[in-house]
Amino acid sequence: MNCSMDQELQNELSNRGVHVTSLEWIYNWGRSNSIWPMQFGLACCAIEMIATTMARYDLARFGAEVYRPSPRQADLMIVAGTVTKKMAPLVVRLYNQMAEPKYVIAMGACAISGGPFRDGYNVLKGIDLYIPVDVYIPGCPPRPEALLDGIMKLQKKIREQKLLGPDRPRHADREASCDYPVPDYGPNDLIPTCNAYT
Amino acid sequence: MRLVEPEGFGANGVGGGDGDERLLELSMGPQHPSTHGVFRMNVVLDGETVVRLQPVFGYLHRNHEKIAESQSYLASIPYTDRLDYFCSLSNNWAYVRAVETLAGIPVPERAEYIRVILAELTRLQNHTVFLGFLLGDMGGWGTALMYAFRQREEILDLFEALTGSRMMCNYMRFGGCRCELPSGWMEQARAVVAGYPAFLDEMEQLLVENEILVARTQGVGVVSAEKAVNAGLTGPILRAAGVDYDIRKVDRYGIYDRFSYRVPLGEHGDTYDRMMIRLLEMRESLKILQQAMADLPEGPILHSDVQVRNLCPPEGEAYCRVEAPKGELGFYLISDNTARPYRYRIRPPSLINLTLLEEMSLGMKIADVMVILGSIDIVLGEVDR
Amino acid sequence: MISAEQIREHVLHARPDAGLELISNLCPSCQDSLLVAAEDAVEVARLLRDDPELRLDYCSNVTGVDWPERPVRTPPGSAPAGQRMRAEVAARPGCFEVVYHLFSMSLKHGPVVLRMRTENRSDRVRLPSLTPIWHSAEFQEREVFDLYGIRFDGHPDLRRLLMWEEFEGHPMRKDYLPPAEDDVREPFAAARNRMVQ
Repeated sequence: MNCSMDQELQNELSNRGVHVTSLEWIYNWGRSNSIWPMQFGLACCAIEMIATTMARYDLARFGAEVYRPSPRQADLMIVAGTVTKKMAPLVVRLYNQMAEPKYVIAMGACAISGGPFRDGYNVLKGIDLYIPVDVYIPGCPPRPEALLDGIMKLQKKIREQKLLGPDRPRHADREASCDYPVPDYGPNDLIPTCNAYT
Repeated sequence: MRLVEPEGFGANGVGGGDGDERLLELSMGPQHPSTHGVFRMNVVLDGETVVRLQPVFGYLHRNHEKIAESQSYLASIPYTDRLDYFCSLSNNWAYVRAVETLAGIPVPERAEYIRVILAELTRLQNHTVFLGFLLGDMGGWGTALMYAFRQREEILDLFEALTGSRMMCNYMRFGGCRCELPSGWMEQARAVVAGYPAFLDEMEQLLVENEILVARTQGVGVVSAEKAVNAGLTGPILRAAGVDYDIRKVDRYGIYDRFSYRVPLGEHGDTYDRMMIRLLEMRESLKILQQAMADLPEGPILHSDVQVRNLCPPEGEAYCRVEAPKGELGFYLISDNTARPYRYRIRPPSLINLTLLEEMSLGMKIADVMVILGSIDIVLGEVDR
Repeated sequence: MISAEQIREHVLHARPDAGLELISNLCPSCQDSLLVAAEDAVEVARLLRDDPELRLDYCSNVTGVDWPERPVRTPPGSAPAGQRMRAEVAARPGCFEVVYHLFSMSLKHGPVVLRMRTENRSDRVRLPSLTPIWHSAEFQEREVFDLYGIRFDGHPDLRRLLMWEEFEGHPMRKDYLPPAEDDVREPFAAARNRMVQ
């Protein structure tokens, strides 16, 4: 447990039923073990995502089986499938509707970079053109085990987030905005073609 | 008779633009727990009753047809996996059949048997998952779906052992199949088929006389036989309306005429019939599987003189179709004797089965709309391509 | 199996002045087609559907095809493009074509392939809609309008199907140029920029 007390003393207290930890540790531990994804599947990867929640692969072990239909109640948006240009403004809008802290997993080659459909006139070349992505899971589609690995990486990322200091994440920073501009439908393409948010 | 005035929709006015404050215009989707993908419906409601419904497509339009015009015939086979992403092997078969018809490529007998076995396994797992999703649409989220996916995983194990992938199998080739069955595969497949009737009995016991399911599906989303034929509906939704049209029996493609199986037909054309048809079709698929697995001959799976890469079919065109689990899946190819198709067209069963969605939903409650959509059994990869 | 030639004769017997031409298909599929003049299309379609011997009550597939005046691309290393089909349309200054595949669910025969062509690719791109005859053509004709730009007269609801309403252009045309992607960054660029070393 991550705090500045001597480890042996911590263990001895723990054996006697007194657990000592830091606020940051327990806050991150609670969040990382109860990530609630949003019910959001676009294409074929969504089926492997559903298979991950089913009996064989069981996402429930990770606290993440509670898929919320409303973005306000969800922590994680798993962009599973090809994001088309027609769908992109709605993805950004849904991301904006999610309450902080919020995370994005780009699952599958299409969400990462357009995938096999990259040459299409209606295909967005990756969702990270508009919203920030935390974990990229390659595959076409990624196996359920790959999605579990991605969730574990996200859990690790959440556990390592600081509450204070300059490295703190966006949701711990009052000044930072969590809304990203929603693109419009233009005559040939979306306007703008990407968000400059780096 | 046209029931909907398209000018009435849009953000300009509630209630179809005529200022009627009783009516509520609602946009269901494209992100919605029950829309089977990114499908959007603009519905106008009078209380809970549907007054108008307008589907909006294109949220998964991935330009498969355009991409296919710029690459070889072989390179399009993995893209066909991603059309109806549950049934990749049926999609493969429809496409390779179209190319074989276009170019006159013969298929060895063993390959034909393997194709039938894989197509019927695909039909089994598609209809199984349909049951799970239909119950989810009715509000019983998770229960039937868990059972369905448990059973589906067994079939996906077979696909993975044979093709290397659970879903995107990419297994058929022009003139046969990609690789031989691994050792032990047939025994495992026989075990899966032998264990299926027990699962179907379990699902029938759970579903068929379930009071809530009967109340929510009987009389909901009725479509008549004449309208179904004129609207081009195919697959279980057509047969539930009472029309005896199964492409396996009509075209007798592959070696389907060697097997004895029946085609279940419905009477009322409602959601309950569509569900029952699929349960009965699963039993018929098991019969076909048992016969095909018993008669599987030895031999090559691809004739050695068939050119698969850089195929340049002769100039001309061909339309070929199969009875995919969702309906008639057809491919229309125009060749100009080059290595790339001049025109590559997919006839999507899911899109055309949605032709009567509005008519089926008028007068129903908003909750019934989800059940009706679920019973049509669409996949957006196929609707939008 | 009724051949296209027999269907043509059957239709001409009932409507001798209908513009109906046989296009033969030279590849092994042997699926010949019937080219119908646009002004006679609705009548011929109704005949095909209602005739008691044909009963082509099911329109399965509606496809748009673009035949530009000159070939837009010549892939290197491929066999010379076929002569016969090019000769069919070379006499015209390029056109669009709509192909209907018809079957009979009651009499269990088909496919019967019906085609219609526009006069050119620029301003005279109107064809009659066959949706009043076969309701299954509704969404598919909308898609042909969306992706090729052919306007169907008599269609109950001619709007784009797949692309968004504000989109301009018809992407499946052979001369469609997708927008330049100069400012699209490489994949992972954003993540790479944010990665802590």
